Amino acid sequence: MGEKKKKIVKRINVDVDKCNGCRACETACSAFHATPKYGSVNPARSRIRVIHEPLKDIYVPVFAGEYTPAECMGRDKYTIDGKEYDECAFCRASCPSRDLFKEPDSGLPLKCDMCESDPDLKEPLCVQWCLADALTYEEREEEVEEEVEQEEIDIGLEALADKYGLEKIMDTVARMSESKKG
Amino acid sequence: MRYAETGFNLEIDLSRGNIERVETDPRLTELHVGGLGTSAKIMWDRVPPEVEPFSPDNLLIFSTGLLGGTPATGANRTIVSTISPQTLLMAYSMMGGFWAPELKYAGYDKVIIRGKSPDLVYLWINNDKVELRDASHLKGKGATETAELIRQELAEPKAQVASIGLAGENRVYFASIEQGRSSASRGGIGAVMGDKGLKAIAVRGTKDLNIARPAEFMELCNEALKYITWRNENPIEGVMTILQGLGSPQEMAVHDEKWHTENFAWGNSRVRRKGFWNEEIAKEWMETLDTMRTRLISCYNCPMKCGATISPPGQPTYMMKCFSKLTYTMGAMSDLDFGLRIAQRATEYGVDGFSTPQVMAFAVELYEDGILTDEDMPGFPSDNEERFYWLLDRIVRREGIGDILANGTHWAAQQIGKGAEKYAHNNIKKHEQLPLKLGMLNPIYFLMYATGAKINITQIEGQFPQAPFPTREEREAFVKDWSQVPDEKFKEYFLDWELRGEYSIPNYPTPEMCCDIVEWQETMHYIDDATGICAGLSSFPLKPPYHIHNLPKFISSGTGIDMDEAGLWQAAKRNRNLVRAINIGRGMRRKDEKPPEDHWRRRFPELEAKLLDTYYKFKGWNNEGIPTKESLHELGLDYVSEDFEKRGVYSDNGDTPSKETSTEKDKEV
Repeated sequence: MGEKKKKIVKRINVDVDKCNGCRACETACSAFHATPKYGSVNPARSRIRVIHEPLKDIYVPVFAGEYTPAECMGRDKYTIDGKEYDECAFCRASCPSRDLFKEPDSGLPLKCDMCESDPDLKEPLCVQWCLADALTYEEREEEVEEEVEQEEIDIGLEALADKYGLEKIMDTVARMSESKKG
Repeated sequence: MRYAETGFNLEIDLSRGNIERVETDPRLTELHVGGLGTSAKIMWDRVPPEVEPFSPDNLLIFSTGLLGGTPATGANRTIVSTISPQTLLMAYSMMGGFWAPELKYAGYDKVIIRGKSPDLVYLWINNDKVELRDASHLKGKGATETAELIRQELAEPKAQVASIGLAGENRVYFASIEQGRSSASRGGIGAVMGDKGLKAIAVRGTKDLNIARPAEFMELCNEALKYITWRNENPIEGVMTILQGLGSPQEMAVHDEKWHTENFAWGNSRVRRKGFWNEEIAKEWMETLDTMRTRLISCYNCPMKCGATISPPGQPTYMMKCFSKLTYTMGAMSDLDFGLRIAQRATEYGVDGFSTPQVMAFAVELYEDGILTDEDMPGFPSDNEERFYWLLDRIVRREGIGDILANGTHWAAQQIGKGAEKYAHNNIKKHEQLPLKLGMLNPIYFLMYATGAKINITQIEGQFPQAPFPTREEREAFVKDWSQVPDEKFKEYFLDWELRGEYSIPNYPTPEMCCDIVEWQETMHYIDDATGICAGLSSFPLKPPYHIHNLPKFISSGTGIDMDEAGLWQAAKRNRNLVRAINIGRGMRRKDEKPPEDHWRRRFPELEAKLLDTYYKFKGWNNEGIPTKESLHELGLDYVSEDFEKRGVYSDNGDTPSKETSTEKDKEV
């Protein structure tokens, strides 16, 4: 077993009761990730989207998560406080089942990167632009078990040794170093 | 490449079903900025005075503002321009919401509609794909209902829809264009949309909108947001609650309606009810609002929460904003429960929340005074609230008396006759106003009421306090951080302004000072109407985040166009004069420029004449209010004076009555 290690967990807290559906988060996100930075705005490229149905009082800001090449085996549909949310409303995946979190022109998946940049923003831009405080940011340190990570070269050599036997590998290495010297 | 704007308009000819994407001239952006400015230029060029509101040649222009859809906070307004069937002048009503930014992302700055469709249609703009679609199945449907049905049939929940209800279809002169949480409702623009056979415009856009100098622009946006946060935490002292903060008056949030209910007039804009507000009513109204209001809501990219979702028990949910909260309540001399309930039906019908209650209260008054009788109104209920539903249903269908009332109080009074004209007492240029009846003439407001082209006071006022502060200390405290003033002299005007004595209204501010104050206030509105920034963050509240010192920077860094304060001021002046020129061409003269006769109890005819004289001169207009050849030349508007000369406008001293016939000529009583 490895040692304990500290890790920074970045979290965006979403309070759907505070969201007013202005979509400033989408504006800010798409501007931040434009090339050049802030050079254009297009909410369809945003990595956060407010799923909203005003007449049903539904407001859910959702961040783009992982790309998935295949849909889930089924769909989900939540009803909370009598409000029926859209199928997969709370899911963060860029998924073949919907057009959310894909570049509008290329269809390439989008993923929230917490506005990682150099210099780092003090908090993701969507959070900064949410004056309603529906989005707030939190960082915390977590202790995690550090697994003994094998280095890449170990993994490769081990695989070769499995295949050819350790002796043969050593012979080969010796021969190679001879010829380099020569 | 064009920045902040797309550089393309959509031209839709409904008569022939033709759709074109047309590149615009970037020089016009420099001259008129955009929004209302460039729309006015199109109206001037293509809609001469001979064109009647319900002619196929009248244009209906849906425009974004120059900064609409950029990250600039609150740049989301849709500006709709046309010739109004009610005032017979240019109307340019606007709405917040989400429509204009979506149009920008679809790749267009404006949608220019001409002609008339033989059958009811709607327009579907999906990026480069634009089509007219059959709307016969939407005939008679409510405005909100229509938007939902269109989103469903297009399977495009993200489409933004601007639509009309039954009132627009039936050409009610105060029909609105609704867009979910917002509406463009003044001047009867919904009637023109209905006349054109256009039920709705749905738009979806997924393209980039470019910014010329990104880092600089974003820095300005961040500064504005920081200021908004600070300003929200530091309301202005010394003014009434609704004027302390940013945004449009926070009617959806507040419970205390003492000020509105006791200072605004009830019924047909007649009675002020001093002492109306008591604990019992406060409690009852608070319960009503808390039960029906589900959430405070915003427009696109704006932190203010001026709107709300309202769910009256047993009725469909709708969205409301600002003062329509009380207009129906007060028009009907009823309570908030009634007001919020009838507003739901009115929103689906698509009617203006100012004119509609006024028109209905006018009818009730005429009935009570025996001018309208049971013969005119068979089946008119005896219950007060029932009467308002009854009238509303008939107005939007143009049934019976509703057909006359649908033309607004001015035209209805003329058609009814028998002295009904006296009851249409709250109009300016044939258009119903806020139900305000006050004591002493305010010279600043006199000029704004008389000459404002939007014919709606809340769209002209804003930057200068409505009344003096009692003590010099309070005034000094107010001016200390008043960085928004275009010139230090405004601080002096305000510091010297007293409640009583030599330096009080009506003689102070002097006519010359009033001109400065009015020009500042109206200029800021003309800038907003061109940039598409909401007045609620800019020209309407005191000490706003947007002002003459930072707006040119937003425009320069957003568009790449060189714009400084003087240049922007001049562009706003150019737009002000161009809109005025359109109305002058339609016969508007000095005689039309007056507030409602009974707006103030104490009037000063000599002073008022002097105010108007001074203001006209200050603006470079002649004694009839017509922009002079010289002043037009200075603005690069020689083509206007040439047209005026050709048409003999300058020799028209106002004796010839301007056209005094209703647009619905075939429907006289």
